[in-house]
Amino acid sequence: MTAPARTRKAPPPGMVERRGAGLWLTHAGLILGVAFIFFPIWLAFVASTVSQPEIVRPPMPLLPGDQFFENYRKALVSGINAPVALMLLNSGVMAIGIAVGKIIISLLSAFAIVYFRFPFRRVFFWLIFLTLMLPVEVRIVPTYEVVAGFGMLNSYSGLILPLIASATATFLFRQFFMTVPDELAEAARVDGARPMQFFRDILLPMSRTNIAALFVILFIYGWNQYLWPLLITTDPSMNTIVMGIKQMFPSGDDIADWPVIMATSILAMLPPVVVVIGMQRLFIRGLVESEK
Amino acid sequence: MATVTLTDVRKSFGKTQVIHGVDIDIADGEFIVIVGPSGCGKSTLLRMVAGLETVTAGEVRIGGERVNDREPMDRDIAMVFQNYALYPHMSVFDNMAYGLKIAKTPRAEIEARVQTAARLLQLEPYLGRKPRELSGGQRQRVAMGRAIVRKPAVFLFDEPLSNLDAKLRVQMRLEIKQLQRDLGVTALYVTHDQVEAMTLADRMVVMNAGRADQIGAPLDVYADPRTEFVAGFIGSPPTNFLDPAAVGGQGARLGIRPEHMRIGPAGSGRITARVLDAEPLGAETLIHTRLPSGDLLTIRQDGAAPIPGEGDEIGLAWEAADEMRFGPDGRRV
Repeated sequence: MTAPARTRKAPPPGMVERRGAGLWLTHAGLILGVAFIFFPIWLAFVASTVSQPEIVRPPMPLLPGDQFFENYRKALVSGINAPVALMLLNSGVMAIGIAVGKIIISLLSAFAIVYFRFPFRRVFFWLIFLTLMLPVEVRIVPTYEVVAGFGMLNSYSGLILPLIASATATFLFRQFFMTVPDELAEAARVDGARPMQFFRDILLPMSRTNIAALFVILFIYGWNQYLWPLLITTDPSMNTIVMGIKQMFPSGDDIADWPVIMATSILAMLPPVVVVIGMQRLFIRGLVESEK
Repeated sequence: MATVTLTDVRKSFGKTQVIHGVDIDIADGEFIVIVGPSGCGKSTLLRMVAGLETVTAGEVRIGGERVNDREPMDRDIAMVFQNYALYPHMSVFDNMAYGLKIAKTPRAEIEARVQTAARLLQLEPYLGRKPRELSGGQRQRVAMGRAIVRKPAVFLFDEPLSNLDAKLRVQMRLEIKQLQRDLGVTALYVTHDQVEAMTLADRMVVMNAGRADQIGAPLDVYADPRTEFVAGFIGSPPTNFLDPAAVGGQGARLGIRPEHMRIGPAGSGRITARVLDAEPLGAETLIHTRLPSGDLLTIRQDGAAPIPGEGDEIGLAWEAADEMRFGPDGRRV
């Protein structure tokens, strides 16, 4: 559509009007960018729908083949070391466990820090804050010792618990709780709410946008964990999908089953996408509904 | 319905004492307004009655029972906050019903009480809405409704009208007064606005720097202020103060209300002043003048009276009975 030649009124203040060449140019730029980012994913998808000989024979195919169902069935049901369906389940349990656990723990600790006056409150706050400086990779050896000592290798609790404390989320909820007017807590006190009732009935519903946003971030964080599951799951049936992909690479003279590996990669990408799209609605609705 | 008694109530934050011993006796069903400038401790006093602040020393009694160590919910009070403090994610109905739900009131009774309160406050069409979908005045009503449904013995208001515009404030003021009369509940109301204090109060408490300077019916306080602070704070425009030596009197300060001064030709009356400015307000005119000593005086005269020109010399007269004399400690002599 070309912009009709008309005497244009001054646009209302605060609105940017863009028509004509500029519009096409920006779109062309964006499309190019998307294509650039999307191309490798497209290649992976194509590779997951063709047969092994087609991949290794140059030139690489650029259009999907007819092996889609065959490859994905093979990946999901048998995989290479473990069925991908099982790895997806493991990753799902781990990611949801980490996200939910982190949210619960950080909500409660932020609640304690903001609303209660207890001895060494500041010390505890700074201790939590300090853990920001100690990501999993830094403390991985002692953490492994502890988890092994508790006999939690090759278990969901071993996958989830060491990653469950979150200074970032605690800090985020603390900042949010501090913006909640004191009068709200006082009104609840006058209404007779005990602290946990206030937390459940008032703070929790008010934090739902923050919770949704954090869930998305933490789910992806949990889903993408690589090093930790690689260390503590020696049993292929406990493998998570992100590390599982690496495990599928052949060692020595074996031939890599690229179509199945690519199908696994595509499958590994889907749950985070679903979570982002699913939560996005909640998250935007929450933003629109949020208080002034 | 209950009496409220404060006996030598004191409050310190750390080492700073902010309330220096306040005694107030509130009768059942009485409307008491605590008025004072910001920082005088009036809100702190109210919050101590509510149980939101601890009482450092002294005693708070509600209905004859000592409540110093009781939680707010066990004091049989309800409070209306300055910013309304409505729960943003709850509907108007749920906002009003929350306290009752916690008290495990039967569902049918909650329904009935909220409906009654909503009818009283003309909130019936809004029960399903969220607070952000309401205007300031409606939010204010919901906050009142939340207080009413609990059928408390004492209403506490913490500057409930200061977030409303001037017109709405006058309207809500009348509604609060009417409501308190209809329900017959004892009310304690904090404001910095002396007009609110004068119009609402059965008796008012004028607070100054953590002390109750004077407690009495609004017109008594106006006519007979006990301290220089009260004379200056209550009344708009405020009382004129001048050095008694200028007119041949004793005491440290002499106070005369603007409406008690009359303007005459230069040389007449008790003292001569120069006109700085005149503010005609329609029904009345405020004339600002300066004495040779530098003191500023305001005279309030009828709107129909002739207005002296700027820079004119005028004579000021007043009755001896209207003079208020204050000692060096600020107390009336």
